[in-house]
Amino acid sequence: MIEHFSNDAYLNMELLRFTTAGSVDDGKSTLIGRLLYDSKSIFEDQYEAIRQVSIQRGEEHTNLALLTDGLRAEREQGITIDVAYRYFATPKRKFIIADTPGHIQYTRNMVTGASTANLAIILVDARKGIIEQTCRHALIASLLKIPHIVICINKMDLVDYSQEVFDKISRDFKAFASKLEIQDVRFIPISALLGDNVVDRSKKTLWYDGPTLLYLLETIHIGSDQNLVDCRFPVQYVVRPQTDEFHDYRGYAGRIAGGVFKPGDKVVALPSGFSSTIKSIDTMGGPIDEAFPPMSVTIRLEDEIDISRGDMIVRESNLPEIGQDIHLMICWMNERKLQLNGKYAIKHTTREARCLVKDILYKVDINTLHRNETDKEIGMNDFARIQIRTTVPFFYDKYKLNRLTGSVILIEEGTNETVGAGMII
Amino acid sequence: MISYNLTHLRELEAEAIFIIREVAASFDRSAMLFSGGKDSIVMVHLARKAFWPAKLPFPLVHIDTGHNFQETLEFRDALMEKIGARLIVGYVQDAIDSGRSIEDKGQNTSRNWLQSVTLLDTIEKHKIECAMGGARRDEEKARAKERFFSHRDEFGQWDPKNQRPELWNLFNSKKRMGEHFRVFPISNWTEMDVWQYVHLENIEMPCLYFTHKREVVNREGTLLAKSPFVHLKDSEKWENLQIRFRTIGDMTCTGATVSDADTVQHIIQEVAATRVTERGGRFDDKRTDAAMEDRKKEGYF
Repeated sequence: MIEHFSNDAYLNMELLRFTTAGSVDDGKSTLIGRLLYDSKSIFEDQYEAIRQVSIQRGEEHTNLALLTDGLRAEREQGITIDVAYRYFATPKRKFIIADTPGHIQYTRNMVTGASTANLAIILVDARKGIIEQTCRHALIASLLKIPHIVICINKMDLVDYSQEVFDKISRDFKAFASKLEIQDVRFIPISALLGDNVVDRSKKTLWYDGPTLLYLLETIHIGSDQNLVDCRFPVQYVVRPQTDEFHDYRGYAGRIAGGVFKPGDKVVALPSGFSSTIKSIDTMGGPIDEAFPPMSVTIRLEDEIDISRGDMIVRESNLPEIGQDIHLMICWMNERKLQLNGKYAIKHTTREARCLVKDILYKVDINTLHRNETDKEIGMNDFARIQIRTTVPFFYDKYKLNRLTGSVILIEEGTNETVGAGMII
Repeated sequence: MISYNLTHLRELEAEAIFIIREVAASFDRSAMLFSGGKDSIVMVHLARKAFWPAKLPFPLVHIDTGHNFQETLEFRDALMEKIGARLIVGYVQDAIDSGRSIEDKGQNTSRNWLQSVTLLDTIEKHKIECAMGGARRDEEKARAKERFFSHRDEFGQWDPKNQRPELWNLFNSKKRMGEHFRVFPISNWTEMDVWQYVHLENIEMPCLYFTHKREVVNREGTLLAKSPFVHLKDSEKWENLQIRFRTIGDMTCTGATVSDADTVQHIIQEVAATRVTERGGRFDDKRTDAAMEDRKKEGYF
């Protein structure tokens, strides 16, 4: 019998992007498998395939971790080595999981997954408590400004569902996190293997009166995660149909990176500094009354001014910072080390330029937060504060005010590889 | 109080439009792959939205295996006519005739595998620097780690260990001469999202997706449509069933499902209740467990 699927609910769902970090043994793949399985996002043929493999391997339970096991190289080694994206939906929300490995050598993958996430799940093994890795994951989440962090204290079944263990780990984490900028942190006792407090409330943790993990994911307020105050519109593409019907049409296409734009708003185009007024905000479905992040729209102005890709349209009364000397917290992503005085291609919003690394101020120990001002060797997976000078002015905000206008990537010119992820300080 | 939250479909739409525009702005010669299936039809719709009121600033490319459903070709031509897009067709038959592709002979073979050669030939011939495709990450395990901007070397190969990190919405589109990109604007969509969006935007779909009577043969659980390319084995027979297709590919490997879904709404109900993946009906994925990963390395989408 087919259950009636509520279409209206589906059309009104929100999207939550979250990241999971964990090491090989702390049950991350099992937790994701559990979320997918218990939320009925697993198809019969997928389940049957992993059930067969589990039987073949002589495992006691059907190994839900196999569901998220991607590439062949990883299957052979039994580890996750890259960011994998998974999808599931409940009647309330659609979820995109950026599933990343947890070991220190994959810090760059965690950073990648964290860059687009609204929420981070950090797994802690109840038997081990807060370890170096937990601190590192929390630090990455805090540096990347993930608005919400959920600490899942896993394997509660192996500590007899002890409230004492749960409370101690929560206290230890709070003590560490007081040094970090974390807006919102929650703690949930779970067993990913047995399903306690993942989707269904556990009968074994009656002392816990908080939500299950899925309930939290479905209801956590994400409405204020976008910057709706500072109006920023990086111009991506200029639309010029040059047809008889739209002879003089000139629209600036792009995605709103901050604030709410409305027809009639007084705006300034950067870098030219020319002012104009928004004539209309167009979409194929017709003009709209307002545009906010992360909408993709086309804006027309009252005046003909020269604007091209890489320019930014902002409100007259609220300008971003404008400059060529920029301080970054950078995560290095390549085997070849960061070169002091090295030149790199740089991308910020839709603007591309080159930059010179003028100074390396300090390296951050990502386990302890300690600033090391003597070690200036910045290699793969290191975090460092650096100063750069760009060939052209950038229009930017601090990363903590806006993740879209506050982030850059550095590209090595010889190889074209993305070598650094920078957050503007 | 006004809510400044987009629904998830509108957010996925905004993301896809952003990526399509990023491609058009970053490459002189880009193209959009068009298979005639629902994903590529949705992608074309998103591209129209991205550049409206201008036409698409790139051509559409169809790799024709010669084993297409007639309905797919008719739909394709009508759509091109309607939106005024330029179409480039690459014929797998050309590669077979010239000896660049060798057709596998046997019962369950399909020309799907041969698309890679013709696709790469077409990309080279038209000097296409970036080809957009409608692949989704939820379709198959090997695709879960695919980037939006997937860099391919001069042989068109994908190296899963050497993918560029993708952060925020900053896409690195730099490449050397001879290299190219595959870009997947609807990576984050699921089958359900696609159908919901078709419903929301009232996008026209080929009749193959809706229920109809057709002669099919049940081959190891896959219902294959009667065509000059499918030959019966001894114990098999044609049956006239009420079916529809969940995916549209070659006639030789696209399995039908018994269904009476005659509207998008019905299809959505069916997708919601279905317990087998879309690709579960496709013969070409069944050959080996790592089949998709192998094909991708060779340059398949």
